[in-house]
Amino acid sequence: MFKRYSIHTLLVSMGGLLIYVAYEEMISLYILSVLMFMGVNIILSTSLNLVNGYMGEFSCGHAGFMCVGAYVSSVLGVWLFAKDKVFGPPLINPDYALYLFPLIILIGGFAAALAGLLVAIPSYKTRGDYLAIITIAANYIIISAIENLDSIGGSRGFMGMKRVITAMEDIAYLPWMPIWVFAFTIFCIWLIRRYVSSTFGKGVNAICQDEVAAEIMSVNTNKIKTITFMVSSGLAGIGGGLFAYILGYVNPGSFNILKSTEVMVMVYLGGMASLSGSVLSAIFFTILLEVLRPLQIIKWIVIPLMLIIVMQFRPEGLMGSRELSDIFPWMKRFYRFK
Amino acid sequence: MVTSQTPNSQSSQTSPVLEIRNLCQDFGGLRAVNNFNVTLNKGELIGLIGPNGAGKTTVFNLVSGFYQPTFGEIVVNGINTANRKPHQVNALGVARTFQNIRLWNEMTVLDNIRVAQHGQLNYGFFHTIARSRFYQRREQLVESNAMKLLDIFNLKNYAAEYPKNLPYGTQRKLEIARALSGQPRLLLLDEPAAGLNSTDVQELIRLVRWIHSHFDVTIWMIEHHMDVMMELCSRIKVIDFGETIAEGTPDEIRNHPAVITAYLGDDNI
Amino acid sequence: MLATIIQNLINALQWGSFYALIALGYTLVYGVLTLINFAHGDIFMVGAYIAFFVATFCLATIGLPGWAALIVTIPLTMILTSMVGVAIERIAYRPLRRKGAHRLYVVITALMCGLILEHGNLALLGASRKAFPSLINEQVFTVGGVTFTNLKIAVIASAILVFVLLQWIVTKTRVGMAMRAIAYDKFAVPLMGIPMDNIIVATFILGSSMAGLAGILFAMSYPILEPYMGALIGWKAFIAAVVGGIGDIRGAFLGGFLLGAVEILVVAFFPSTLRDLIAFTVLLVILAFRPTGLFGIAKTTKI
Repeated sequence: MFKRYSIHTLLVSMGGLLIYVAYEEMISLYILSVLMFMGVNIILSTSLNLVNGYMGEFSCGHAGFMCVGAYVSSVLGVWLFAKDKVFGPPLINPDYALYLFPLIILIGGFAAALAGLLVAIPSYKTRGDYLAIITIAANYIIISAIENLDSIGGSRGFMGMKRVITAMEDIAYLPWMPIWVFAFTIFCIWLIRRYVSSTFGKGVNAICQDEVAAEIMSVNTNKIKTITFMVSSGLAGIGGGLFAYILGYVNPGSFNILKSTEVMVMVYLGGMASLSGSVLSAIFFTILLEVLRPLQIIKWIVIPLMLIIVMQFRPEGLMGSRELSDIFPWMKRFYRFK
Repeated sequence: MVTSQTPNSQSSQTSPVLEIRNLCQDFGGLRAVNNFNVTLNKGELIGLIGPNGAGKTTVFNLVSGFYQPTFGEIVVNGINTANRKPHQVNALGVARTFQNIRLWNEMTVLDNIRVAQHGQLNYGFFHTIARSRFYQRREQLVESNAMKLLDIFNLKNYAAEYPKNLPYGTQRKLEIARALSGQPRLLLLDEPAAGLNSTDVQELIRLVRWIHSHFDVTIWMIEHHMDVMMELCSRIKVIDFGETIAEGTPDEIRNHPAVITAYLGDDNI
Repeated sequence: MLATIIQNLINALQWGSFYALIALGYTLVYGVLTLINFAHGDIFMVGAYIAFFVATFCLATIGLPGWAALIVTIPLTMILTSMVGVAIERIAYRPLRRKGAHRLYVVITALMCGLILEHGNLALLGASRKAFPSLINEQVFTVGGVTFTNLKIAVIASAILVFVLLQWIVTKTRVGMAMRAIAYDKFAVPLMGIPMDNIIVATFILGSSMAGLAGILFAMSYPILEPYMGALIGWKAFIAAVVGGIGDIRGAFLGGFLLGAVEILVVAFFPSTLRDLIAFTVLLVILAFRPTGLFGIAKTTKI
């Protein structure tokens, strides 16, 4: 009984501790925001791993989908719950903000999933590097489309999300953003793990290893690709929505190829097709970025250099395609990673 | 056990398992298969031979839906496969093995056999997330089906192993097991004995015969080992440069002048 | 009306020449190694900076006249830039290739090299922009309402010259033949006694020197240099290479000129902020209809 629910106990206690610590303001807002970005990065890297690791495609435009999610949930949130210069008074009584907030984030994710079709449909016929280009082009298209939408700020960006959070805090004074980030991070890992560990989801891995054999041996590859791309970009959209609310401000420039590269680095650093690898490398990478912050511009020389060196010695990433339970077999007693 | 689970058994009584009419396939200007006809009745085991590059694998690729024929019809259990994707053709009951083994090497042996039952899952993405009771029943069925097959093929000890680590002969066997996991009614074996030593070939012969008698499956195989063909097939078709040059019982084929010409050339006679 | 068309055509050709020259480096390396060398856009940026330093050195320190400085700058920049390209290959890509690492890890390494070049530049030289000295007097000609400068003509002419030269190298010389052989079958080539590493180095020399040339020409045409100039133009050139059919030199040129033309046309008819949006959409549509690019040959899967 204890073993069966150990992972749940662990998660609940972790979440409880986080809320308690944040509520009592025992950690600084800076550390809290680093923790929240860690959650967002976990969402981004695990969701990209679904496409780049499990399915073996090479998507370099993950930030584009993040951008869709960020804008849709930000605009929706501000439009519904906050007083804004552009949208006027709140459409719905801000008292509902608390209950509808996860829904707004999910709608952002859903919009990003639809944007994922932009890549999913060409992937029926295209593979590999050509698909990589399509993802890059999709990233640029999404960003410059938003830059041209002057009504939501264009390239100047969009803000006002802090007011939505204030609206939530007015109802009940709790550290809402850490709570939601934590919840959605768990949701994201939970969803991906359930998907890839089912026989249905193992079709994704079959596509990666031999697409022809997969199609001939009864896997509906187009359907699996569509679902996988949509799940991946949808989760990126959720990550983007949370990112926007944490910062309280978004602009299209923060979702450029550099951001996509950052996510890609996390995936490959952790190891392709390793969920726990992605989680660990997202945590590690977020900390690394913060630790090296004092270096300022040199940070972006040191990090790539470190990565190049890591690649030379561990070309398969930190975990390869293994999960934590493969490295520490005792973990299997508590949680089946695969 | 496995034999009892065949769906729509009434339609298979009335129509042949596979009927190919006037099949042609062009690659650019080259006609790889020309005017190919064959009928496979339920329970038959027939062979397809021909020199290298004769178009044998192309015929299999056409039947499994990987290519769309330039001309002609392929009818599986009374259903025309035109414009169907390979996985839809597979759902009609066609499974195959590959000339160069195409297992999913980074997936365990058990998972290889589970994934090949994708056509019978009948649940979608939301079931996998919700882990509904229906999902669990289907997964159990898939799992037990896979274990049963591994048991039959003596692969149970390898269930958690990766196919790339298995000996070549075992990989061949696993590929056949994977093809059978979807409960096909037509099994296409593309050179199952290629690369096997003589002991393995003898085992393969026994295996194919055993599959043929214990599973409700019609088998069509390509093979270069003539002894395998002579021993197993009731009927053999010979093609060369895409044309059918002979058809008949193994003994007829053995002495057929056109076959000898195709394999050995004119001057050698 | 006709004058406008020709004017836009000349602009498109000039703008496309830069893309074409950069796309070439992508396509050569991809053709030989099937590696997307994402550092290539930044090698172009490095080329422009090298040209800047060489030119200022020639003009200010040695005191050469403009034309002489240009004559020194062009070969020197090409040589120095190709050394940068080869150094990256030697330090970052070759060890990975030897280890047989997954292709995508090499791509990530390439991305990281690009970041290092960009930010290394930023750290060394600061964020301030550099103004490229004018080496030749820009002369404006007007023929029947069409204005063009000697520089524009030089850019277009050198792009075409490079195309002819490379087409000759790849199709007629021994090095070119070896390059194509590696592209065709990586395993057989070393067995045939072809020194694979030397050929790969030659590929990087060719590709990077063309990026260096593009860097000089770009710096002369748009004499403001900044560390991020290579990133966007590099990504775009890469997309141009793919649209043309990556691995094919004709494809790189056609793709480059096509992208140039699309961008110039968009700017001529729409607000210029829509340039990237429309250009990328056009490319996406082309790829949707011809998934392997204009000159690319679809790889048939054999089973």
